[in-house]
Amino acid sequence: MSDPLATAVGLPTAAPPARPATGFWRRALRHRSFVLGGVLVLAVIGSALLSLVWTPWSPYEIDIAAKLKPPSAAHWLGTDSFGRDIVSLLLAGARSTIMVGVIAVSIGLTFGVTLGLIGSAQRGWIEEIIMRFSDFTFAFPAVLSAIMLAAVVGPGMVTSIVAIGIFQIPTLTRLTRGSANAIWAREFVLAARAAGKGRFRITIEHVLPNILSILIVQVTIQFALAILAEAALSYLGLGTQPPQPSWGRMLNDAQMLLFQSPMLAVYPGAAIAIAVLGLNLLGDGLRDLLDPRLARER
Amino acid sequence: MDERSNVPLIEVENLDVRLNTSRGPARAVRGVSFALERGETLGLVGESGCGKSVTALSLMGLLPDSAAVTGSIKLDGDELVGLSDADYCRLRGNRISMIFQEPMTALNPMHTIGNQVAEPLRRHKKYSAAQARRETIALLDRVGLPDPARRVDAYPHQFSGGQRQRITIAMALACEPDVLIADEPTTALDVTIQGQILDLIADLVEERGMSMILISHDLGVIAENVQRMMVMYGGTVVESGPTDEVFRRMGHPYTQGLFRARPKLGARKGTRLKTISGTVPELADLPSGCTFSDRCPLVIDQCRAALPPMVDVGPGHLVRCIRTDVSMAEPVGALTA
Repeated sequence: MSDPLATAVGLPTAAPPARPATGFWRRALRHRSFVLGGVLVLAVIGSALLSLVWTPWSPYEIDIAAKLKPPSAAHWLGTDSFGRDIVSLLLAGARSTIMVGVIAVSIGLTFGVTLGLIGSAQRGWIEEIIMRFSDFTFAFPAVLSAIMLAAVVGPGMVTSIVAIGIFQIPTLTRLTRGSANAIWAREFVLAARAAGKGRFRITIEHVLPNILSILIVQVTIQFALAILAEAALSYLGLGTQPPQPSWGRMLNDAQMLLFQSPMLAVYPGAAIAIAVLGLNLLGDGLRDLLDPRLARER
Repeated sequence: MDERSNVPLIEVENLDVRLNTSRGPARAVRGVSFALERGETLGLVGESGCGKSVTALSLMGLLPDSAAVTGSIKLDGDELVGLSDADYCRLRGNRISMIFQEPMTALNPMHTIGNQVAEPLRRHKKYSAAQARRETIALLDRVGLPDPARRVDAYPHQFSGGQRQRITIAMALACEPDVLIADEPTTALDVTIQGQILDLIADLVEERGMSMILISHDLGVIAENVQRMMVMYGGTVVESGPTDEVFRRMGHPYTQGLFRARPKLGARKGTRLKTISGTVPELADLPSGCTFSDRCPLVIDQCRAALPPMVDVGPGHLVRCIRTDVSMAEPVGALTA
């Protein structure tokens, strides 16, 4: 079967078919920032899931008599100015943080990636319109678009989700278009076109898989930005509304009491920091792990 | 096909391509005409930037959207210039295929080679997954990939350059196209492998009765692999004819220059390689008249006045030069090498 020419031609690499999955996890578990980031993110997700079934106290239960208690056996991190249990608030706050993050990033991802891919595949005036539109959106900070939206439909979680989502679109559009353009210029795309594939199939089969790792990394960063934006909007009173617990609202409440009980601001601040740090480390790790040049097993 | 048996497979007439370059619009191809019969092999030779790849890409309909193509390209009598992208997609990979210069980048790193070779089969021939896979393994075996049944699920980075070029050949030949365009198929490969890949292509072309357009800057590659050749310079064909005839009596000063500039085995140590003076001009600022006039040792004022016509100098042998009486006075070619 094997003709002698061929064996002479290539390096006789009798490598077995690649099994990327196992290789990926083996390398991933050795990657420090990926592991640390993963643990932090899992901790946040775990808290949110835990809060669905159990919190030490109800995060909605106001007990003015027990307000501003220092940490104790009953209230591990103490209580806030309404006597609500801080641990319960943090756990339940993780929920709204994740929900806002997931939905907003999904909005950004759906529209941003679609627009970016269309722009890159079509070029010409379609690309021009998409990119100018994204420049236009880019010029509005999330806070400003949230304030405008809140003025129209009233503040609330949905308002902040939509505002953050819209704010994510142009970043992802630009990133998608830029990396997709780089893929379109590659020779294998030309080869695929020479094999008779149309623009749509090339986009789905060649462009998207090749920019996926860039997008995954960017998603972790966008998620972190969404968390910060959510906290900022809640802090301004435009996001999650009471009594729905949120880390941003907790910061807002703590602001009044900064000199009496500074720790009240530290807890939600630390929670936000942990979530953002975790996502950034995870993104860093993923970038290393998904880089095809490093992904080869040596 | 009977009523078309007298129509050449590919007929290019007065092909003109304008590209938008950073230096403004450039005529990358100027009035190129040729015909390719069934089963015929044609070589395109010239330096980089002479328009040979642009000619190939315009046959494939793969030029950038900003390129303006005029003239006529006929496949089996059907006009291709101005064809919609959807219609072109049905031809590409099915009736016209192309092999590219860089096997290292012509395969998508994210897909197995089996899927990439099977793609045209599934697309154009509507094979089932199992059928396509069987055919793919047979194709990979035919192009000399060792152990194809096992390696069909491997990824491109697990193959060497030579093996990858074999895979892209399998991909191009999957649907048994009428025409194969090979754009410098061996330039990126080791010298030892070049010959094997060219032999493989030649065998396959003969075995399947395909026509081939082989593009190369290497006169040696052209001499050994094609029946007819065209020399291009500055977007124009400067010399064309049967390969043997052209190599026996080179007519154009540019062809002669290319021939003299090749390194020779057995030359005395210290012998300087002959060169063609000057550099390839930017397409945007080619001289008027004969495109080679600025570098030609035989140039006279008349050369700069207008593009010289093709002059018949032998059986099927045409030279775009008005000074063939001087250039061909002393034979330059294989016999004098």
